[in-house]
Amino acid sequence: MVNFMALDPETLQQLLDTVRRFVRERLVPLEAQVSEEDEVPGEIIEEMRELGLFGLSIPEEYGGLGLSMFEEVLTVQELGWTSPAFRSVFGTNVGIGSQGIVIDGTPEQKTYWLPKLASGETIASFALTEPEAGSDAGSLRTSARRDGDNYVLNGTKRYITNAPHAGIFTLMARTNPDEPGARGVSAFIVERDTPGLSVGKHDRKMGQQGAHTADVVLEDCVVPAGNIIGGTAGQGFKTAMKVLDRGRLHMGAISVGIAERLIDECVRYASERQQFGKPIGEFQLVQAMLADSRTEAYAARTMVADAATRFDAGENIATEAACCKYYATEMVGRVADRAVQIFGGAGYMAEYPIERFYRDVRLLRIYEGTSQIQQIVIARNMMRDAAQN
Amino acid sequence: MKLLVPVKRVIDYNVKVRVKSDNTGVETSNVKMSMNPFDEIAVEEAVRMREAGSADEIIAVSLGVQQCQETIRTALAMGADRGVHVKTDQELQPLAVAKLLKALVEKESPDLVILGKQAIDDDSNQTGQMLAALLDWPQGTFASGIELSDGKAKVIREVDGGLETIEINTPAVISTDLRLNEPRYASLPNIMKAKKKPIDEMSPEDLGVDIGPRLTTLKVEEPPKREAGVMVESVAELVDKLKNEAKVI
Repeated sequence: MVNFMALDPETLQQLLDTVRRFVRERLVPLEAQVSEEDEVPGEIIEEMRELGLFGLSIPEEYGGLGLSMFEEVLTVQELGWTSPAFRSVFGTNVGIGSQGIVIDGTPEQKTYWLPKLASGETIASFALTEPEAGSDAGSLRTSARRDGDNYVLNGTKRYITNAPHAGIFTLMARTNPDEPGARGVSAFIVERDTPGLSVGKHDRKMGQQGAHTADVVLEDCVVPAGNIIGGTAGQGFKTAMKVLDRGRLHMGAISVGIAERLIDECVRYASERQQFGKPIGEFQLVQAMLADSRTEAYAARTMVADAATRFDAGENIATEAACCKYYATEMVGRVADRAVQIFGGAGYMAEYPIERFYRDVRLLRIYEGTSQIQQIVIARNMMRDAAQN
Repeated sequence: MKLLVPVKRVIDYNVKVRVKSDNTGVETSNVKMSMNPFDEIAVEEAVRMREAGSADEIIAVSLGVQQCQETIRTALAMGADRGVHVKTDQELQPLAVAKLLKALVEKESPDLVILGKQAIDDDSNQTGQMLAALLDWPQGTFASGIELSDGKAKVIREVDGGLETIEINTPAVISTDLRLNEPRYASLPNIMKAKKKPIDEMSPEDLGVDIGPRLTTLKVEEPPKREAGVMVESVAELVDKLKNEAKVI
């Protein structure tokens, strides 16, 4: 799949300016409230729909914006300027929830679902993780037993982002019980109101309040065979991996955005906060922290842009995507930690946004592939490439 | 009903403006520019009129350098139907703008011109009034409410000490105040579609207008720096200073 840059520079700039303005004028002022109430206000979700955020990555012919990966990461970096809980509202429609259908769906699946996902009418979740299958996703146990023209699904999915709001799930289940590994897995589109499907209560989390995750339980849940993404059983894991490649760049971009926000907070605080008769930003030990954060955020921004550009040119960027996700999410963890340090006592207090971001970014190193899984992907690819040459 | 909405490209309201070192003006190179916020309100009002069915065409106009087209694109993304760009690199003063707009009004014959009451760069607050005078049209300035009916417009005006409601005949010029509405964000799909809407480009010469300046800028300076305050010992001293030094009570 080759995507060339869709937008001319002025239109892209205008799009980014609009997102930036929306983020700073509408979302940033609500951060504390959303964190407190564990809820993104309905009118904000409506504004996100009107703005078109749900359709960023869905092709124009299905009512989305059809952004290239490069354009998507620039947009997501702007969205990173605020609490990641806001991004989560439409994040699964842009990323893991919709992309399976975008990449591998049949024409009928695309025509039926993508316009609903692009407009935000339907929220799509991605259901891969299970109580016993996290990083070892290939070992998932949710079963899909063939029964005539249908499959009967049984199992439990865990920590599923947006599950309480989802209209559909891109759900991975084992269609071939004799194949214990990844090849026995298929990706299904499962509708929320399918009998036998229930969603558990919101999980209580360390951070990202306002973004909701829950268990999804399937008990003799009957799904038509036609709901297998792409129509062919056994391709689910391949679909999931393609989705996650793109998602890794998205995660890299959000990390860059948050890091830049934190750096901005740090610089302002370091200019204002006086100790020993001068702003703390004039002390070299504080300067070292600022410089390290800036340098690492810049490195991550550059990595993500490079990998996205190469993705758009049709290159296989599985290794680079893992590098971006690994480096950028670890980077924002360090930046957030330094931010707490620069803010000192104030960084530990809930009155400033720093401690909230510190908790929020912790998740980035875990979901959509832990840092350790990224390391393994990178190194395995290196060894495989070396063996082929 | 046809609406003409002039939009000005100005330094973005979030930018901290800096005076050029030779005091001839303000620094505009590498500075973020966007649509004058009062004009944004005018575009929003026009789009609402069309949505309500009382208008059927919105023309966004901008006068000045090539990049004014970006400002027109913003208006198109918000919902204007087409754009007109009168291109010139010369400085445009309010009278020149009013003359150019008059020429465009004669060309396009709109029923209403809606524009910001002033631009946040020079704060002149003259263009709308000059345009109404040149056209010999009624004007409703500082509008915080507009109601259209057949051949008439009821305009609520923000005046010192309250609100004034007037009724004027159309065609007319209406200038918008801050509280008229809250402009929408152009949606991302509309930003992309705006690229396909037409923008007519012309020069002041094409319109036969002399845009020569009538005013000369002698000097531009930063506002004086705020001086440090003084601590007073007692209420009596404060009252004395307010009365005799500041002379405010």
